Formats: sequence, C-alpha cells, structure tokens
Amino acid sequence: MSTRDATASAAAREEVLGRLRQAHAAAPPGDWPYAQLTRDYREPEERTAAGLDRSARLELLVDRLVDYKAEVRECAPAEVAATVRARLDARGARRVGVAAGLPEREALTAGDGVEWLVESADDPLPVDVLDGVDAVVTGSAVAVALTGTIVLDASADQGRRAFTLVPDHHVCVVREADVVHGVGEALRRLDTTRPLTWVSGPSATSDIELDRVEGVHGPRVLDVVVVRDS
Amino acid sequence: MTVSPTRAGTVDLGMPGLPPVAPREGFLRADRPFPAAARDALADPQLRRNLGHATRTIRGKRAAVVGELPHWEELREAGRQLKTHTMASLENYLVQLEQAVTARGGVVHWARDAAEANRIVTDLVRAEGADEVVKVKSMATQEIGLNEALEAAGITATETDLAELIVQLGHDRPSHILVPAIHRNRTEIRDIFLAEMGDAPADLTDEPAALAAAARQHLRRKFLSAKVAISGANFAVAEDGTLAVVESEGNGRMCLTLPETLITVMGIEKVVPRAEDLEVFLQLLPRSSTGERMNPYTSMWTGVTPGDGPQRFHLVLLDNGRSRVLADEHGRDALNCIRCSACLNVCPVYERAGGHAYGSVYPGPIGAVLSPQLTGVEDNASLPYASSLCGACYDACPVKIDIPSMLVHLRAEHVEEHRRQSRGPDAESVAMRLASWVMSHPRRWAVAARAGRLGRLLRGRRGTIGALPGPVIGSWTGARDLPAPPQQTFRDWWRGQQEDA
Repeated sequence: MSTRDATASAAAREEVLGRLRQAHAAAPPGDWPYAQLTRDYREPEERTAAGLDRSARLELLVDRLVDYKAEVRECAPAEVAATVRARLDARGARRVGVAAGLPEREALTAGDGVEWLVESADDPLPVDVLDGVDAVVTGSAVAVALTGTIVLDASADQGRRAFTLVPDHHVCVVREADVVHGVGEALRRLDTTRPLTWVSGPSATSDIELDRVEGVHGPRVLDVVVVRDS
Repeated sequence: MTVSPTRAGTVDLGMPGLPPVAPREGFLRADRPFPAAARDALADPQLRRNLGHATRTIRGKRAAVVGELPHWEELREAGRQLKTHTMASLENYLVQLEQAVTARGGVVHWARDAAEANRIVTDLVRAEGADEVVKVKSMATQEIGLNEALEAAGITATETDLAELIVQLGHDRPSHILVPAIHRNRTEIRDIFLAEMGDAPADLTDEPAALAAAARQHLRRKFLSAKVAISGANFAVAEDGTLAVVESEGNGRMCLTLPETLITVMGIEKVVPRAEDLEVFLQLLPRSSTGERMNPYTSMWTGVTPGDGPQRFHLVLLDNGRSRVLADEHGRDALNCIRCSACLNVCPVYERAGGHAYGSVYPGPIGAVLSPQLTGVEDNASLPYASSLCGACYDACPVKIDIPSMLVHLRAEHVEEHRRQSRGPDAESVAMRLASWVMSHPRRWAVAARAGRLGRLLRGRRGTIGALPGPVIGSWTGARDLPAPPQQTFRDWWRGQQEDA
C-alpha cells in the first residue's frame, strides 16, 4: 500500500469503527456476555453421540457417505493398499498422484501398471501436472458421521489443497480412530488455522431447478476407503 | 480484545446521531415499487411454474434434514444468541479479526460504502497487473455492484458459480440469495448457454448433468490460469482470523486455492467470536439453505499459508449502511442473517412474485427488512408491505430473526416519515379524523351506521362491494372486496330484541 492509500484506509477504519460506537450510543445493545450464551444443543448432541458405539458410528458414516453419492469400501488395516488399488483399477486410473505422508504409500506404489506421482510439501506437483492425472490418493484428518463429511487439513498424508481439487477422481482413506459423531467434535479436533476443506460427497450443484446434480468443478468421483480397526 | 479508545477522526456524534445509510452505488434500490414489479411477475406463468417447482422441492428437503436433528430448536437459539452477542460487541470483534488476519499475513482494508469497496478492489486487481478475475458467488459483491465497477475499469470478472454464470451469460439479475437463477428452468438455461457461452457443445441437451458439464468445461481453463480471485465470506473468526466459504460445486475451492492473489469482500456483520462457534452455524446453514446435512465443500483459510493457496490475501470489510441498521434496536437483528434463504423458500409472496420484484439484491422476507434499513426506508418504501405477515419466515429462520415484527416496525416508520415529509393532511388522515369524530359520540355513530346501510346499493353479484372510485376508498377496494353492510345495524337489532322480551 502506498502512503496515501494507507492514510485513506486508516481514515475509513476510524470512521467505520466510529459509526459502530455511534450506533451503539443511539441504541445501546443488551448485555450478552459470551460465557452466558446458551449452548443447550450440546447436551442432546453428546447424549446421541454417546448412544452410538464405534461400529454404529462407522455405519452411520457409511450410510451418509453413500447417500451423498460417494463410493465406499470398508477394509481392515492390512487391506488398504489392495482396496485402494481396486478402486483405481475399477476406474481405469493409470496416472495417479499419492500424498507422500500416506502410511500405505510404499505398499501402494510397489504395484505396477500405474505411473505414480508423489506430492510432498518440498516437491508439490504443479497444477498442469495435476490436471493430467487420473486420480489422487490421500488420507484425511477427521470424518463426521452425522453429516457424511470428511475434513482435509493439508497434512503430509493429504497434500496441499490443490492436490485434492484439480484431479477428477479422489480416493480418500478414512481411519476409524478419526471418525467422530458430530460437527462440534470435529472442530474441537481440528486446528482452524490450517487450510481446511470439508468434503461431503463429490462436487454437486442444486442450481438448476434446485435438483441436486453430482459433478461440477471439484472431483466428480469420490471413493472413500473406510479402515476398521482390527 | 482491547480497542484503542482514540476518537480522532471519527464522525460527528451530534444530531441526528445516526450512521449514514448506504449511498446509491450498487444494487440495493428498486427502479420501481414492489406492487408494479410483482404484477409483471405474476403475469408470467413460466416464471410462476419455475418458482413453484423449485421452492416446493427445497421446502421438502429442508424439512427432512431439519427433522433429523432433535436439537434443532436449541441450535437456533444458540445461533440467535451468538449473533446478538457479536453485534453487541461488533467493534471489538472486527478489531480482533483485523489483528488476527494481519498477524497471519493478510492485509485488511476498510470500506465505508460500495464506492469505496469497489475502488479498493479495482486498485488491488490493477496492482496485480490483471485484467480478468474469477469470482465466487458473493452477496456482498452483488450488493456493491463490483462486476460493473470492474468492467468500467476494463477488468473482466467471470462468475464461476453455475447459477451466477447463468445470470451473467443471460444478461440477467439474480433473483434468489442461494440460487440466483431459480427463475430459469433447464430449457431456458440450455438456450442461454448455446447463445452466449461460446464453447457450449452444439448438441447440448437440457439435462442438468449435461448443463453442469458444459459449465465445467467452459470454466476449467479460467480456473487453472487465473491470477486473481474475488470471494465473499460466510464467516470470519475473530479469535484466529479464519475465513470460511460454504459452497457446493468446487468453484469456490478453485478460486480460493489456485490463484496467486485472493481478495475477499465481507460485510462487517459476518464476524463470529471463536472457531468453536462454527459448530452452530455449520449445522444451521446447510440444512436451512440447500436442505443438505452438509454442503459438498466448505473451505477455511487463515491469512496466507506458505506453499498452499494464494500467497497474497486481502480482506475488505464493508459497512455500506450496516452500522445504520445496528443503530435501530427494532431492526438490527436483520444483521444476524446468515444468508441461507430459507425465508424466501417458505414465503407465499416470494413464491409468486419472484426475486426480481423486490428490486434489491436481497429479495424475499429478509430483503424486505434488510434493504429498506440499509438504504433508509424512503428508498425502499414498498418493501415492508411486500408480505402478508403470515410468520412462516420467522419459523424457518435458523437464527430466529423476527421478520414479521420488523416489517410492522418498518411500516410504522414509513408512515411516520411520510407524515413528516408531506405538507397538508392527506385524504386518509382526513377520513380517519372524520371517523374519530363520528365514533366518539353515540348518537353520531347511530346515524352513521344506519346511513351505512346505503352501501348495500353498491353490492355486486356475490353480495360484496368491488372496486370503487375515489382516493381512499379506491385504493382500499382496488385490492380487496368489502362485505356489503347488513340490512339492520346491531343497535337496531338489539333494540328489537329488548322490545320483544
């Protein structure tokens, strides 16, 4: 910002803040201390969450994912690489990006018939390369059973945001330990200062006659591999 | 969160003691009154069919997903209290937000009104050396007419939300907060794409999936090559500077992730105190707006993240009349709106008249209370009357904004304003004064009531009185039938009963 812009901006700032003081002087706001705001939704939320055991919670997640048109496969920890590979083969993916921090990366890339490109913070794949891959494989930070939502937080097993955005097919590994019941629980596990992407099904639009159609700009195919603790 | 108490450079706090309303730039004011615009809309059967179909669909979906949450009412109350609390400390939270965004590598700008916001954004785009930008759907930038301002500066802004793209290609105006092309059906959309898109496939059908695919292909190059993106914000967290955009298609993610520079224009009322508060709004918003448990994509980012996403981030905080709304204790809850559009979808007036009839970019019940407050009621005088006060909007609102009471308040304010401005008494007030004189004396009333029976002469075939000429009677009977007076007045009947006994 040039000095003149900075001066103009400071004047605008003072005036907007002054107007807010002026508004509150004209119509004093009531007393609403933050600590006393009611959160009566939490108790029933927690009760519902506590009523579901781990298996029921996973079932709910799968049900909600399928309802929003994600393809879901469940497997044991030892079966992740094979399950992911089966999903890639089912779609004929031959050029595939994988996040460097995915624990199953080595097992996965040992298989042949696929050209593997590894995404890492030190060596991110350029956007035009991402535009040419058939699919990407990542982990996830948290999953919300109640809404069928997977949250990505750009950790090493997920890659930066563009990695899971530009390619048309996303294979996402969700682990049982990362599955929570509700939105609040998910937020408490996340660091909101990281770049977060909350994904619920493949990209969709309701813009034509308010009918939901899957597949616009984001990945049109979302494959979720849910890993049950053995 | 302390605020420096300096008052230097603040506005005059003397009379009239209110912040200014939004100046004329932008799209908050109608070209003509609601009744005239609504009459045109009602004469368009295709529009009514499109609106009826779309609002019916969304009402059903919303009811189903709201019904899934047993604690919905508790969430609404929490949302209401959080918003009310935030508006009561808005100055503090904005300063806190500014500090957090700045600390994480963003640049915060303050805009008093639409013209100032447009100038800030135009200068920022020019400073990047860009002559085109991609845009995420945003009500704030619609409100200030940013696309038009950029165009005047030689900068092409491409709307990337499917519905906004339909509106832009159709040289049209948005008619709904969530689905701005709700007034168009699939066949009309196909025709717009074929005529205006340039690269639409010649054999494009009107299947929604085919239309979405055409939009994907049309916009993909733009996303991958854009230098600058412009977005709005659904929420901004004061404590840590996190911005959130809630969307469906992935166009938001494209804009928020791929360009080098991101400019976000946000109304000052969008701030929330803490990240944990998002647990309330991320449950209320998608279920109320698209009728989904969760929208397909929500992006959150904080300032600049090295190596991930735009490396330059500007946040423009927009007032444009909002501080004025805050100064009205009966109207300020309109600032609590999270732009879900549930009130539009349940409103019998919106369902028939459509969004264009409201003139402002904010249509429907919330627009009928927000627009007149942002501009001053005289500039949107017909909007507070664009409602039957049925109360469906209040029931649907996820943050419990009492829109019907606010409409009544604004009607009273309009009448007051009208009285202040008009010189002599108008026909209505003369009639009311005459009625008061008649009704304040029993004998005068008895004579008048008996004389009223003469009204039976005006009866139509259905036993009611239709449209009549004259200033007051004319405007009253123009819109509704009057029952014909009975043959006998109550007083005469009563006297008869007493004599018979």
